[in-house]
Amino acid sequence: MLTETEPHYRQPLLRTPFHERMRAYSQVDALVPWSGYSTVDVFTGVEQEYFAIRNSASLYDLTPMVKYRIAGPQARRYLDRLLTRSVGKLAPGRVAYAIWCDDRGRLIDDGTVFRIAESEYRLCTAERQLDWLLDSSIGFDVEIAEVTADIAALALQGPCSCSVLRAMGLAGVEALAPFEFKHFVFGAGTRALVSRTGFTGDLGYELWVDPPEAERLWDGLMDAGRVRTIRPVGSRALNIARLEAGFLMPNIDFVSSAHTLRNGTARSALELALGWLVDFAKGHFTGRRALLEESRRKPLRRLAGLDVVGTKPAHNALLYSDRAGRRQVGSVTSAAWSPTCKRNLALAMLDAPHFEMGRQVWAEIYVNRELVWERRMVPARVVERPFFAPARRRATPAGDF
Amino acid sequence: MSASRYDCIVVGGGHNGLTCAAYLARAGRSVLVLEAQEAVGGAARTREFAPGFRVSACAHLLHLMPGWLSRELDLARRGLRMAAERMPTFALSATDGVLRIDPRAQDPPAGLSDADARAYPRYAARMNRLAAALRPLLEAVPPRLGTGDWRDRLALLRLGSRLRLIGRRDLREALRIGGMCVQDLLDEHFESPLLKGALAFDAVLGTNYGPRSPGTVFTLLYRMAAGTASAHALSQPAGGLGALCEALAAAASGAGAEIRTGVPVASIVLRDDRAAGVRLETGEELKAGCVISNADPGTTYLGLLGAEHLDTGFVRRVAHLRTRGMAAKLHLALERPPRFAGLDDPSPGRIVLAPSPESIERAFNHAKYGEFSTHPALEILVPSAADPTLAPPGKHVLSAIVQYAPYRLAAGWAGHRDRFLDAILAQLEAHAPGLRASVCAAELLTPQDIESQFRIRGGHWHHAELALDQFFMVRPVPGAAQYRAPVRGLYLCGAGCHPGGGVMGVAGRNAAREVLREAA
Repeated sequence: MLTETEPHYRQPLLRTPFHERMRAYSQVDALVPWSGYSTVDVFTGVEQEYFAIRNSASLYDLTPMVKYRIAGPQARRYLDRLLTRSVGKLAPGRVAYAIWCDDRGRLIDDGTVFRIAESEYRLCTAERQLDWLLDSSIGFDVEIAEVTADIAALALQGPCSCSVLRAMGLAGVEALAPFEFKHFVFGAGTRALVSRTGFTGDLGYELWVDPPEAERLWDGLMDAGRVRTIRPVGSRALNIARLEAGFLMPNIDFVSSAHTLRNGTARSALELALGWLVDFAKGHFTGRRALLEESRRKPLRRLAGLDVVGTKPAHNALLYSDRAGRRQVGSVTSAAWSPTCKRNLALAMLDAPHFEMGRQVWAEIYVNRELVWERRMVPARVVERPFFAPARRRATPAGDF
Repeated sequence: MSASRYDCIVVGGGHNGLTCAAYLARAGRSVLVLEAQEAVGGAARTREFAPGFRVSACAHLLHLMPGWLSRELDLARRGLRMAAERMPTFALSATDGVLRIDPRAQDPPAGLSDADARAYPRYAARMNRLAAALRPLLEAVPPRLGTGDWRDRLALLRLGSRLRLIGRRDLREALRIGGMCVQDLLDEHFESPLLKGALAFDAVLGTNYGPRSPGTVFTLLYRMAAGTASAHALSQPAGGLGALCEALAAAASGAGAEIRTGVPVASIVLRDDRAAGVRLETGEELKAGCVISNADPGTTYLGLLGAEHLDTGFVRRVAHLRTRGMAAKLHLALERPPRFAGLDDPSPGRIVLAPSPESIERAFNHAKYGEFSTHPALEILVPSAADPTLAPPGKHVLSAIVQYAPYRLAAGWAGHRDRFLDAILAQLEAHAPGLRASVCAAELLTPQDIESQFRIRGGHWHHAELALDQFFMVRPVPGAAQYRAPVRGLYLCGAGCHPGGGVMGVAGRNAAREVLREAA
C-alpha cells in the first residue's frame, strides 16, 4: 500500500494483498508490473501453470484489474450511453462483457460490468479510464469512483474450480450460471462475492473480497484445492489460455484509441470483430453514428483467428496473400502453440477480403536454430473462434471434476 | 395548429434566429420561430426598466451587421431607422482631457502629440488593411479539414489565395501581431495613454481579457473587420436594438414565417436519430423537418438535446468551451441630462472611460481572482440624447457596458451587487459630477443575470469567448463548425457559431444557407 511519507515516484510498485502468499510460491521471481502493481509473470514454469488452468484448478491474482463503482439513479442510462451493448437487460446479480468506443467508433477498452444492485454497477477494466468515465457522466445523475484498492480479487479457473469452491464450503455454488454472481460466506464468516466469469474460456470463477480477507481466501482455496493439485498461475500461462478462448488482450491485439499516437492505428469495434457487442437498436451510445456509417461501408480489415501450419508460434508474423511474400495483407497480433487443441493458433489483423472464413494466407515466421535464423513462409487458414470451447465452461450446474 | 408540420423550427427569436428564419422563409420553407420571452429580440431587445424609461437591454449599439444583410432583408422598408450613425468615440480621462476618435477615420484625433499624430495614420491604415483582409473570412461558412469535399477544398484554396493577396509585408505583420497582446502593439506605435486606453478598450470589450492578454490584437482586428462591412458602424437604431429585431421579425413574417413568443422550448425531439421537432415546456410537441437553434451551444447540446444523445468526446468539447461572461450591463434612469466633463451635454456619441491600458489591466486584475473591478472600464451611451422616445420628456437613459464583472464572483453576487453598483456610480460621478444625484432608477445586469434573463449559459454575449482557438473552423467546437450538429436535422445559428456575436446576423444567414444546401 502507498505510504504517505514518500512521493509516489519514489515508491516501488504497489503490492496486492496476495503478494506475500504469492512470493512463497514463486520459484523464479518473475514479476511484471500491471496497472501500477507488481504481479507474477511465472511462478514455476509456463507449461505447468497452463495445465493447471486446463486440467485441474488455477489461482490468478486479479487485484490490479481496475474497478469502478458506478451508482446513481441514472447509472443504467449512463452505461447504455458509454457501452456499445445494452445493459438494460442486465439483471442484478448478472455480469456482461462489454466494450466502449470513442466518437469515431474506435475501441477504447473492454471489460466486464457487474450489476451489483438496482442502481449500482461495477466496471472492471484492464486500464485506467477515469477521465473518460467522468466526461461521459456530464449530463447524468451518476457517481463514479475508482475502487481498485478496496477490493482484492482472485480468479479460480479450471475444470476443478467448482469442486474446489464446494470443498471450501460454498454450498450451492455449482448452481451459478455463466455470467452470474452471488455472495457466499466461507470459513469463519468470510464474505466473498463469487462470479462465474474468467479470462480462460473454461469453467471458472472470480472471487472478490475485502483486502483484509485476502489471505484467508487464498489459504482457504489452496487448502481446499490441494487434493486437486491447485496451483497459482502467472500472466504468461493465462495468456495462452485466453488466446485459446479467443479473447483480446489490450496493447497486444489492439491499442486503446485513447493511447494511439499514429494516424490509422486505432481500431474500430467492427474491425476488431466485436460487432456482436454493438447494439444499434438500443438508442444512442458514444460512437454509434460512426459505427453505423462504418457498418454500411465495405470493411477494410478485420481481426481473425488463424490456424498456422507447423508448431512454431507465428509471433508478430507479417501475413501475405502469396507464398513469395509480395503483397502484405496483415500481421499477427497474438500467437501460441495450443497444447490442448494441438494447433498452432494466432490472432491477426487482416485486410479485406483475407479475413473471410476459410481463406489462406502466408505467415512469415523466423525460426531460431541455435542462433542460426531461418525464414519460413507457412500457410495459415482463417478459422472460427473460440479455438477452444469445452462444454464444461457453460454447463449448469457446473461439473464436479 | 400543433398537428401541422413545419419544414424548419427555429428555437429562439434573437437577431440570428430571426435572420435565419427570414432567409429560410424567403427560400420557400415553412418556418416557425419559437421565442421564450414575451417579445422577440433575445439579447438585442428594448425593454422598459423603469416606468417610462426604455433601453436596449443587453447589446446597445449596432456596429457589426453587414450592409448587404440589411439590404437583402430590406430592413429599411420594415421600419428600421437609425437615431444616430457613425457615432464618434469620446475617450475621457480625469487628467488628460478628452480625445475624439471617429470610426474608420485615418486622420489622427485632435490633441495628440506630434509623434502620435504621425504614427496614427500608419497604424490605422495597416490595421484597416488587415481587417479588410479578415472580413471575407467572417462572412464565409468555415470549411472542414480533411474531408475531400470539393466545397471544402475550394474554400481552403480561396482562403490561401486571399492570404497571398494581402501581400508579403502585411502578411508578415499579421503573423507577427496576430497572437500578440494589444498593449504591446499600441506601445510600439503610441505614447498617449488615453489613445492607447481607448483603442485597447475595443480589443477587450466583452471578453475575458485585459490589454496584456495574448490574442487581444486578434479580437481588435475581429471587431474592426466586422465593423468595416457594416452599413451602420457604431449606430443606434431608433427605438433601440429591439427595433432592429422587430424589423427582422417583420422581414421573416413578411416572407411567410410564423413567430410565436412566450413559448419556451423544453427539448429537441429526435426520431430515428434525427431532429424531428421540439417539445415545449407546456408538453406540446411540434414537428419539423429540421430544428435550428439560436441558443448557445451549451444550452442547445447539453440542455435542449441532452448529452445522452451525443458522443462523449463531443460533449467534452462542448463542456470545455469558454462561455463565462465578464461584462455587466448598467441602465440608469436620469432626472437630468448627464454632464460629462469636457463634453457638450448630453452625450453626442460613445463615451469610453478607460484612460490608459494600465487602468483597464488593473480593472482586469480583480476579475482574474473572482472579484469585480473597483474602478471598472466603461462604454457609455446616453441613447435618449439621440432618441427622446426612450425616456419621459426632459429625462434621460444611460446605458453602459461595465468591465469587469466575473460570472462567478468569488464572494457570490447575491450580497455584492450593490457594492459593485456603488463602485460604478462612483466612477461615473468622477467624470460626470452630479450624475449620481439625478439617478431615479438603476438596473445592473451581471453575467448571471444575463444568463438567466436571456437564457445564455455563462452570460457571455458572444455565447462563447471569441479567441483564436474558438474561431472559424473550430467554432463552437471542432467537428461541428458548419452550423450543423452531429445529429442530423439539427443546426445552430447563434453567436456561438462562426463568426460570433455582436449583433451581426451572419451566423443566422450562414445557418440558413447550410439548411437549404442539405435540403437541395
